[in-house]
Amino acid sequence: MSTDTSRREEHWQRTKKLMFITLTIWFIFSFVVHWFAGSLNAFSFLNFPLGFYMAAQGSEVAFVITLFWFVKAQHNIDRDCGFAEED
Amino acid sequence: MAMIKGDFIDNLPKVYGMYTGGFLGFVLLMAIFEQMGMGSDTIGILFVAFTIAIYAGIGWLSRTMHVDAYYVAGRQVPAVFNGMATAADWMSGASFVAMAGGIYFGGHGYLAFVVGWTGGYILVASLMAPYLRKFGCYTVPDFIGTRYGGNLPRFLGVVVLSVASFTYVTAQINATGTIASRALQIPFEVGVWFGLSGILLCSMLGGMRAVTWTQVAQYIVLIIAYLVPVFWMSNKQGFGLIPQFVYGDAVTRITELEAMYNMGSLEAVSGAKAGLKALTVPYAAAGDPWKFVTLVFCMMTGTASLPHILMRYFTTPSVKAARQSVAWSLMFIFLLYFTAPALATFTKLQVLDPELATGIIGKAITDVQALDWVQKWSNVGFLQIIDANKDGILQLNEFFMRGDIVVLATPEIAGLPYVISGLVAAGGMAAAMSTADGLLLAIANALSHDLYYKIIDPSADTKHRLIVARVLLLVIGAAGAFVASLKLTSILGAVAWAFDFAASGLFFPIVLGIWWKRANRQGAIAGMTLGFLTGTWYLYMIKWGGMDIWFGIDHLRFAIIGMPVSLVAMIVVSLMTPEPDAETQAMVDEIRIPSGDTVLDSSH
Repeated sequence: MSTDTSRREEHWQRTKKLMFITLTIWFIFSFVVHWFAGSLNAFSFLNFPLGFYMAAQGSEVAFVITLFWFVKAQHNIDRDCGFAEED
Repeated sequence: MAMIKGDFIDNLPKVYGMYTGGFLGFVLLMAIFEQMGMGSDTIGILFVAFTIAIYAGIGWLSRTMHVDAYYVAGRQVPAVFNGMATAADWMSGASFVAMAGGIYFGGHGYLAFVVGWTGGYILVASLMAPYLRKFGCYTVPDFIGTRYGGNLPRFLGVVVLSVASFTYVTAQINATGTIASRALQIPFEVGVWFGLSGILLCSMLGGMRAVTWTQVAQYIVLIIAYLVPVFWMSNKQGFGLIPQFVYGDAVTRITELEAMYNMGSLEAVSGAKAGLKALTVPYAAAGDPWKFVTLVFCMMTGTASLPHILMRYFTTPSVKAARQSVAWSLMFIFLLYFTAPALATFTKLQVLDPELATGIIGKAITDVQALDWVQKWSNVGFLQIIDANKDGILQLNEFFMRGDIVVLATPEIAGLPYVISGLVAAGGMAAAMSTADGLLLAIANALSHDLYYKIIDPSADTKHRLIVARVLLLVIGAAGAFVASLKLTSILGAVAWAFDFAASGLFFPIVLGIWWKRANRQGAIAGMTLGFLTGTWYLYMIKWGGMDIWFGIDHLRFAIIGMPVSLVAMIVVSLMTPEPDAETQAMVDEIRIPSGDTVLDSSH
């Protein structure tokens, strides 16, 4: 029983950590990058002004990659702690 | 009937592969008919009628009298297909029809919608969807009611859900009406009711199961309809094979042209019809960062609070599949959203650049007015030319247009065959119908499951519950169509409000219900009521009450006011009142791990 409690504890700690990392990445690409869009426009990427590019494509690409990575990372946590579903 | 038997799930790739092939065959057939001289009106009618007939057919085949199938599609929708269904559920008439138009006029500032409507899925995946799936609820108020206990939280959940979703659904029925009236040449008021019948055909008989399989079909139509014109145009204009990666040059060229036409120093020309706009905002320049990030924030938290999206993740076979499915949803949505700015840019360049054959700015007004697409859209009042300085030459500030027509008219502006316009109309219809279906079902399910079954008559039998659910669907749909026919707000305004309503009332009660064990019933009641009421009060005061807006937070962003109130009220009241009982805390522990049975069983 105590092992179950400690496994749950470990699982939840690691899940929380992953959530904070994911949301940090999310925060950077949702807000930080766009806050500085004006300055970023001085740079050019694929011939786009960089600030415009980040809003039109860059952040979206980052979101997609982050999410697939998150799914994999969370599944690893579930499996390591023995809480993954059988499928 | 054979289509939906047990082996249907195993055969999904094959079934939808054949469907996609069939649809492409239909497009080709229409193209051949066009070459043989079939009129454009007939092609438009055939496109809309054919696709709606298919959706209705799927709806009929998916009819059911099982509660589990009706509310959560039997929880057997594979992650990738649920991703497609969610993408269709998500991308509304506004995404399909209005988004590229918004970028066309608003430039960089408008891209906040694109960022907000994609990034919200990170919140859905990391904070909510897998846990709600483990919970095993049928609706979002079902979670709130069980987690916090008692009928009042459940009832408040139903109220917020209904207000947010109803605001949204009127905008969608409005969009189906607009497209149906254009494609079928019927009055808008009739188009609205026509659109509603199509929507109800998909959802009435089979509930969530029918909506799921029609939404997958609708996604396929809408994504083809969105991508084909952009790829075609890009290749025709010589920008390159993959337009999304190469329009940087076009953005730069637009900035040069804006300088050439003296955009900054032109005076505003008055006299245009309501809803029509001229180009006045520099395309690539970054606007006010505060306005950008606040809008992004509201749209993201709204995404994560809108029940018609959350409930899609109740239909997957496992918690892991729910998580994967969120990632696939974002992938499928991304395909359209990263194309929208490319479409806006190409269309804008087509109109602005005097070196392209399609350019109209700087040309003689008599020549421009002779163009087919200019005449056609002027006739319906969506486009207007005012020669303010009487020089006979079209200036940048003399050309007015409605944002909605950027997507619908692009094939004509670029001189593509009419079959493409028919395809785009079918795509817009699919986008608006699929979202309207999801929203109507979210409202009707909450009212039938949470209000009728859980609160009013817990002893009702299955047959009774499902009949009530269908009657409610009909009534709410009719109410939505009636409100839509009054044309109260623009499509986009109503959509943004729905996000703000949902975020103000539901975001923190859902998130804290999973992530904070100490959150209790009193806290949730305070959070939902005060957050929702404060947000609504602020919207009312700045829109109709004559109050000045605070810190640049306009009516599109009122969740910025509602959400902090909701958070603080929920935390303070929870801490002032006793913690939840041991049973509730154990329940929260249980939803945090994927393995094991759902908290609520399938016949609750």
